[in-house]
Amino acid sequence: MAWTRDEMAQRAARELKDGFYVNLGIGMPTLVANHAGDLDITLQSENGMLGMGPFPWEGEEDADLINAGKQTVTELPRTSYFSSADSFAMIRGGHMDLSVLGAMEVAENGDLANWMVPGKMVKGMGGAMDLVAGAPRIVVLMEHVDKAGNPKFVPACTLPLTGRNVVDVLITDIAVFDRADRKSPFRLVEMAPGVTLEDVQAKTSAMFIG
Amino acid sequence: MANKVYTDAASALDGLLFDGMTIVSGGFGLCGIPENSIAAIRASGVKGLTVVSNNAGVDGFGLGLLLETRQVKKMISSYVGENKEFERQYLAGELELEFAPQGTLAERMRAGGAGIPGFYTRTGVGTLVAEGKEHKEFDGETFILERGIVGDLAIVKAWKADRFGNLVYRKTARNFNPPAATAGRVTVAEVEEIVEDGALEPDSIHTPSVFVQRVFVGTFEKRIEQRTVRKREAA
Repeated sequence: MAWTRDEMAQRAARELKDGFYVNLGIGMPTLVANHAGDLDITLQSENGMLGMGPFPWEGEEDADLINAGKQTVTELPRTSYFSSADSFAMIRGGHMDLSVLGAMEVAENGDLANWMVPGKMVKGMGGAMDLVAGAPRIVVLMEHVDKAGNPKFVPACTLPLTGRNVVDVLITDIAVFDRADRKSPFRLVEMAPGVTLEDVQAKTSAMFIG
Repeated sequence: MANKVYTDAASALDGLLFDGMTIVSGGFGLCGIPENSIAAIRASGVKGLTVVSNNAGVDGFGLGLLLETRQVKKMISSYVGENKEFERQYLAGELELEFAPQGTLAERMRAGGAGIPGFYTRTGVGTLVAEGKEHKEFDGETFILERGIVGDLAIVKAWKADRFGNLVYRKTARNFNPPAATAGRVTVAEVEEIVEDGALEPDSIHTPSVFVQRVFVGTFEKRIEQRTVRKREAA
């Protein structure tokens, strides 16, 4: 049985530590905030906010208060606002503790691709290239295979890269891979209930330690 | 002191627009965008523009208005995913696009405004963004050279101004506006209110007046892109 998106986010939340400053990418990574539990986490939104609160109550939305996914959010007693230049000084300068991002492909050497499909999808990298260049620890949440069933954890990325050798932990809907450091290969550390090593191997073209 | 206060966007932009110019714009998504200046630029019919802005608006609002009328020749942006007309023009080869990572774009504006023609960053090394750029090693790590940006004009949106051009932004509507405000040869700020002399706390001014040449009070639609809320429990 594969993990749901919410269960994947819950697993990613186990990478958080008390006191962390964290940036969550748009999409599935934002769900990680729901699973921080008792940990004291400060969320950064790269448009220019530290200490991001939950969605507003209906009727209290403020067009001047949005997150990096352009969703309406709220402030907290600890909140600060700043320019996008200051925001990326925090990110690029290595002041954040962790970032959780989505992916289209992850390679066995830690390369990440998540911003462009040439000739098809033109959206842009937003802050993802800065995050992978600046955050000391990168956790990726990604479906294990694409819609056609092809592996997304691959020997080498085929899509344009977001960063080279930047992924530390890969959480998919069937397995979790991590590595001791960025010189080490990925190691399979967890599988969803009922998933076997053979299942994971069949759906993975990347080399990993089983 | 020269008067910096104008009655509206058209008068504030009068004499500043020309074909082929580069315009640096503040805003993130549709938040804190200079909607009044964008509408006035559309009405002016100026064309062949290079627009430096994190996003390209949406179909029918924000910078999307200038794409509709084909006034934009080139965009320098980090994320344009909310705009179908943009995607169509780009894939058809009708529009030039330079992707700049978001933090690199903010820093390019900051650097340009601070008189710094280029800087080295780790962001984008080993990606398409690094192609054709100088690479340099510092302390065993590779960095690429990125250029500062100075526009012919910067358009920004702030919450409050005084008649001297000091600006205060509100919440995340600040975003790219402070670095953009520094990166124009001329900077035009649109605000919700121009307050009495001394009403802005000097310790709390975000953009000091020297960066702003013209200011006017606009009317703002403030469209929300993704309205996300918590439902109240029924009483």
